[in-house]
Amino acid sequence: MNRSLIVHRAGPGVSVQDLGRAGYLAFGLSRGGAADRLALYEGAALLGQSETLAALELASIGGEFEASEDIRIALTGGRMRALVDGEKIAWNASYMLTKGQTLSIGAAEAGSYGYLHIGGGIATPEVLGGRSSHQAAGLGASLVSGQHLAIGADTQGETGMTLVSDTRYTGGTVRIVKSLQTDFFAPSEIARFEATEFRRDTRGNRMGVRVLSDGQGFKSDAGLSVLSEVIVPGDIQITGDGTPFVLLSECQTTGGYPRIGSVLPADLPKVAQAQPGATLRFVFVSLSQAVEIERREKACRGGLRGKVEPLIRDPRSIPDLLSYQLIGGMSAGDEFEKDNT
Amino acid sequence: MPIDMSDNWPVIRTAGYDGFLVSFGDSLSETANRAALAFRAALEGAGWGGVKECSTSLVSTYVRFDPLAEDHEALRSKLDELLQTRDWYAVALPKGRRLWRVPTVFGGNSGPQLDEAAKVAGMTAKEAIASISSTRVRVQTIGFAPGMPYLGELPKGWDIPRQTELTAKVPAGGLCVAIRQLVLFPVSTPTGWRHIGQSAVKLFRPETDEPFLLRPGDEVEFHPVSVEELAEHQNDPNGGATCEVIS
Repeated sequence: MNRSLIVHRAGPGVSVQDLGRAGYLAFGLSRGGAADRLALYEGAALLGQSETLAALELASIGGEFEASEDIRIALTGGRMRALVDGEKIAWNASYMLTKGQTLSIGAAEAGSYGYLHIGGGIATPEVLGGRSSHQAAGLGASLVSGQHLAIGADTQGETGMTLVSDTRYTGGTVRIVKSLQTDFFAPSEIARFEATEFRRDTRGNRMGVRVLSDGQGFKSDAGLSVLSEVIVPGDIQITGDGTPFVLLSECQTTGGYPRIGSVLPADLPKVAQAQPGATLRFVFVSLSQAVEIERREKACRGGLRGKVEPLIRDPRSIPDLLSYQLIGGMSAGDEFEKDNT
Repeated sequence: MPIDMSDNWPVIRTAGYDGFLVSFGDSLSETANRAALAFRAALEGAGWGGVKECSTSLVSTYVRFDPLAEDHEALRSKLDELLQTRDWYAVALPKGRRLWRVPTVFGGNSGPQLDEAAKVAGMTAKEAIASISSTRVRVQTIGFAPGMPYLGELPKGWDIPRQTELTAKVPAGGLCVAIRQLVLFPVSTPTGWRHIGQSAVKLFRPETDEPFLLRPGDEVEFHPVSVEELAEHQNDPNGGATCEVIS
């Protein structure tokens, strides 16, 4: 029998994702792949396997899954409510899902995109060298109830491991570099852009997210007569009404809206993960600073495996923690806060 | 001296963290498009180590590279040196380009906006068909959707604006016109371009060894056929189009 993950129910934004398909820009196909690429590295570290294996990306809401036989799983990215046969399990950890057990993943509690990784990876057929669904290009169908997703052979066996959760799920400061059209904006507009606190709009998908501010829109000196040019993920385009749009992995390959800057790859997961309403600020860094940031980021990704630790050390992994008599009722645990207010 | 070759062009700019864009103008022209195609071919021929991917837009060549393997200044200098080696506006187009002849039904239900487009361009429908089908256009760039070509350049009369209202649905293979360009749609889509004809070519076939029918720099002629003639090509992924390498 083929190893598979049985999909009983899947939210509309559940899709198979990997690191995408690079190299087809000249043919109008953007790289695509996971909205939060770092999550794929985290899942790979937890399961001790390659980050190039495909996982399920869960946009805002998960679904209900069953294993055709014992499989290893890991949950990363934005935290979602997860249960195995009704028992709550911690996020950012790896588990054995035994044959017949049901994994239920609910709504996002932090961030926008959660990831379900499988030991051996999801092994749907490759198209153009990748497995990731690319909706804009019509690659990869939506998941349907009852579907059996093929899983690759698992060469490892470790489970019950965890990674300390990252802080990229609540918005914050995003580092950007100047890009080809930054000079189309007057220095005063660029300064105002940097000084503005934005809120992530409810409008957003794998192509890009809109960010809103209270002030007036941003204007380029080139107006709307800009010749279409190459778009790269991270570019911040200023649409006709002056609203910035940060482009993500499934963006178009060319576009005519002027771009005020481009988000560093290291900070793009923060933009993708920001929930509607989360605040974002953009700050320019120099190219040499950007290279240093990316160098550190690469080292961090490479070091993730060394940061994996047994899940038992993390109290969040203990089911129903509040029912344990940990300190015998001696303290409510909040005196410190009370004393200081 | 070509019109694009002002003191300011070509220019090298960064595109995001890990890319450079070499632009040969700020408006579309035949010479700037040719220069971009030729420069990309030269770049790919050079086979530089840190370079990951090259592509062309209408008037620019894009290079993606790994800045952790090759620093920005070093690659910028190499690009600059390559630029200095010749007059890219005068260089011949890359070799290996192909000429496609695409059977196309113009007007009627297959091109419901032909009459309107012709009128805006100051022609009769018959003149419009003759003008477009006798112009050999080049794939200036591929973008918007996978495999979707922007083709040009059409005679001056076709410098007509896009519509302010969208055409709700142009089928896959639909031929549309605006601003001295033609576009062929790989998938059914709403558009601001006017739908003047219909082909049966499948521009994007991800499951095959040749996933993209057209390449940047290819040339295309649209040959008028009847609805019945086109129907014969419906099962052919090339939609009856023939192809020869341009010598």
